[in-house]
Amino acid sequence: MLFFEQALNGLQFGLMLFLLAAGLTLVFGIMDMINLAHGSLYMLGAFLAAALVKATGSFVLGVLLSIPATAALGMALEVTLLRTLYARDHLSQVLATFALILILNEGVRIIWGTDAPLPMPAALSGPVELLPGMPYPAYRLLIIAVGAAVALALWLIVAKTRVGMQVRAGASNREMALALGIDVPRLFTFVFGAGAALCAVAGAMLAPLLAVQVGMGESILILAFVVIVIGGIGSIRGALVGSILVGMVDTLGRTFLPQLFGMVLPPQFASAAGPSIASVMIYLVMAVILFFRPQGLFPARA
Amino acid sequence: MFFVALPIVLKAADQTFYLSFASRVLITALAATSLNLVLGYGGMVSFGHAAFVGTGAYVASIALAEGIPSAWIGWPAAVLASGLAALLIGAISLRTRGVYFIMITLAFAQMVYYLVNSMKAYGGDEGLTLPSRASLGLGPDLGDELTFYYVVLAILSLALFSFHRLIHSRFGRALVAIRENEARAEALGFPTLRYKLVAFALAGAAGGLAGALLASHGKYVNPNILHWTQSGTLLIMVILGGVGRLWGGVIGAAALLLLEHVMAEHRFAWLAALAPNYQQHASLGVGIVLLAVVLYAPQGIAGLFSKKTHA
Amino acid sequence: MLEVRNLRKRFGGIAASDGVSLQVKQGEVHALIGPNGAGKTTLIAQLSGSIASDAGEILFLGQDVTRQKQYTRVKAGLVRSYQITSIFQRFTVLDNLALAVQARSGSSLSFWRPVAAERALFEQARAVAAEVGLAGKEDALAATLAHGEQRALELGLALATRPKLLLLDEPTAGMGPEESQRMIELVDRLRIRVTVLLVEHDMDAVFRLADRISVLVNGRVLATGAPEEIRANAEVRRAYLGDAQSLEAVA
Repeated sequence: MLFFEQALNGLQFGLMLFLLAAGLTLVFGIMDMINLAHGSLYMLGAFLAAALVKATGSFVLGVLLSIPATAALGMALEVTLLRTLYARDHLSQVLATFALILILNEGVRIIWGTDAPLPMPAALSGPVELLPGMPYPAYRLLIIAVGAAVALALWLIVAKTRVGMQVRAGASNREMALALGIDVPRLFTFVFGAGAALCAVAGAMLAPLLAVQVGMGESILILAFVVIVIGGIGSIRGALVGSILVGMVDTLGRTFLPQLFGMVLPPQFASAAGPSIASVMIYLVMAVILFFRPQGLFPARA
Repeated sequence: MFFVALPIVLKAADQTFYLSFASRVLITALAATSLNLVLGYGGMVSFGHAAFVGTGAYVASIALAEGIPSAWIGWPAAVLASGLAALLIGAISLRTRGVYFIMITLAFAQMVYYLVNSMKAYGGDEGLTLPSRASLGLGPDLGDELTFYYVVLAILSLALFSFHRLIHSRFGRALVAIRENEARAEALGFPTLRYKLVAFALAGAAGGLAGALLASHGKYVNPNILHWTQSGTLLIMVILGGVGRLWGGVIGAAALLLLEHVMAEHRFAWLAALAPNYQQHASLGVGIVLLAVVLYAPQGIAGLFSKKTHA
Repeated sequence: MLEVRNLRKRFGGIAASDGVSLQVKQGEVHALIGPNGAGKTTLIAQLSGSIASDAGEILFLGQDVTRQKQYTRVKAGLVRSYQITSIFQRFTVLDNLALAVQARSGSSLSFWRPVAAERALFEQARAVAAEVGLAGKEDALAATLAHGEQRALELGLALATRPKLLLLDEPTAGMGPEESQRMIELVDRLRIRVTVLLVEHDMDAVFRLADRISVLVNGRVLATGAPEEIRANAEVRRAYLGDAQSLEAVA
């Protein structure tokens, strides 16, 4: 029972991680730009959702409105600042987007303060019986549903539509895409805006579960990096596989690894080693995968 | 010479705080310079350097906490441990490049952070307070600020001199060649991956030494020293001071620490008029300055004073 | 000296090398010609180790080097030059060449002694500079050189490693008639010391220099033989189609 519940938790976490990773992997793949401020967009999404829910009094409305709001902010950022970074070297991009994190974090703190609570809607705060005798929180089920729906929609757009094709072309070979006449600057802005929108969905949906606070973007950002490294830059499929993997390994690892160690090792080692190894489980997985496939599991570029 | 004379003046004026601050600047300069080797001369954007500084700090701290006060044991152990960590992390990370490499170094550094954070035996997230500074055993008492300062100065000077020799040695030339045109460097017969790894490990080891000194300096260590934002701070110092220039790390560390100190301690009336509690939002200022430097002065402070385009 | 068997390389759906087999004899200048897109530069990259082959074998001096890293092949004497100039732009000409000399003369895991003290290194670098016609330009930054001079440096870098077999990729690329002549004479002077696999579009250079010619079409060797045979070969003429005129003209 516990296993099934934790597996669902892992899936839920993984799907939300996918929303962040998908936008990020496209930015990396198409623009060849490292954007550390992606986590800040997630934070902005959560703060905007909290503010809008408070203003409108409706959870659904607040969350829905935060999405275009964050997308707009993301696109504004892209057009004004990030565009100048595409031509620059990676170090400059790292430092400039790092500076952006500092600015955005402080900016949010000045406007809203360090935290902004977003309470769970009452209707969803109870458990749902998935199978007789097995309750699972309704809200988490909603997250899984939303995550899966967005993943499906994303797949449809990327695989079946014209703009999706342009995105894939850009990810696999930017020069060729340019040569084929694709309006690359507009595509970039669109991709960036889409990425910001996805961040907003994740930020808003996770807000009732985690705390909405300044700096929440950074820790999840690094996980998103791990996902992309595992999945392969520029690949949405890789991002999906990577995030589910990371979500599962992290959640299940933290729950079961200490117990596993306790069964195999003497107690004084198990109590120290168990939680330690559990907290770095995903990094070890990443290291192993990288050892055999330095380009990740499904790299978009040849 | 300034560095030698200054502390005497300070001690005479009984400014122990500033003496201690000066030591911290020098130690940070060592850390930033070690990153400069890998970043400026090797061209590798390592976003995980704090992991090596932190490893050194923790190994040195554990030695002290476990009752081994000798610096002759603790500090070399720190250097060895961080060098080894850099070798391992580098061996996996350096097989990738570009954006991958940056993210992977970041991820591995976080891994070390979480690992150390979970070590309850050594303080976990609360950190570890040390009984005393390391001891040289022969007479000079590192507990004395002036003595400690001179020891740190000596170590930094030796490090900078070695750095200077390294840059002009065969290895240094090969490393810069790899940075400038890796494909051609390999086509000439240089084993590029091997040399990058050696540079990475050396930089990690030097960073570890800085970490060990830092632990003794504050007699306290905590996992935050390993946090990725610390890696970011080191990167900021290097770019501020001048990437790929000998004094870049030193200038950058001094500039940033002095700036932080001044901003925190002195209240500028004109800034206060604009925003009364501006000091609480210091990182906003840092962010803006950093952005400006990246966009408009990417060669850093050292670059402003020298028009060198040579490699 | 060099034997290539059935070498293959695919990029996505395209087979750049589709079963290339050829041999280069010691001491010869073996030219590799073919229409654009035939796969010549890919082949050079595979032979030198810049890219890994999917299948096939490369034997150099009797050793199977197919899986060897590029720098190992260079140490054995198998060296390439680049069609698109790939030099160290921010180094001086002398430092460029000194790097190459440094690479072949012992380990670079030396951290203390300044390179500037190694006079033998720089003397050899000067000698190579003189040989490729860059005497007097040693202290110029590579980026400030004219195109022809950069091509000379390009060749110089490869020569400074003292190759046994030089994979020369279009040395006259982008050069005017005078510079091309100088380059051809240079390669001609080299043939006593170095075996050369020469990729060229300039038919003048090819027929002046080549002992044997291989024709690469669509990733495969169509024909190999003495220049006269190749010139007379009907299939080769067909493959070149429009270039049949130029083949005639050189006769």
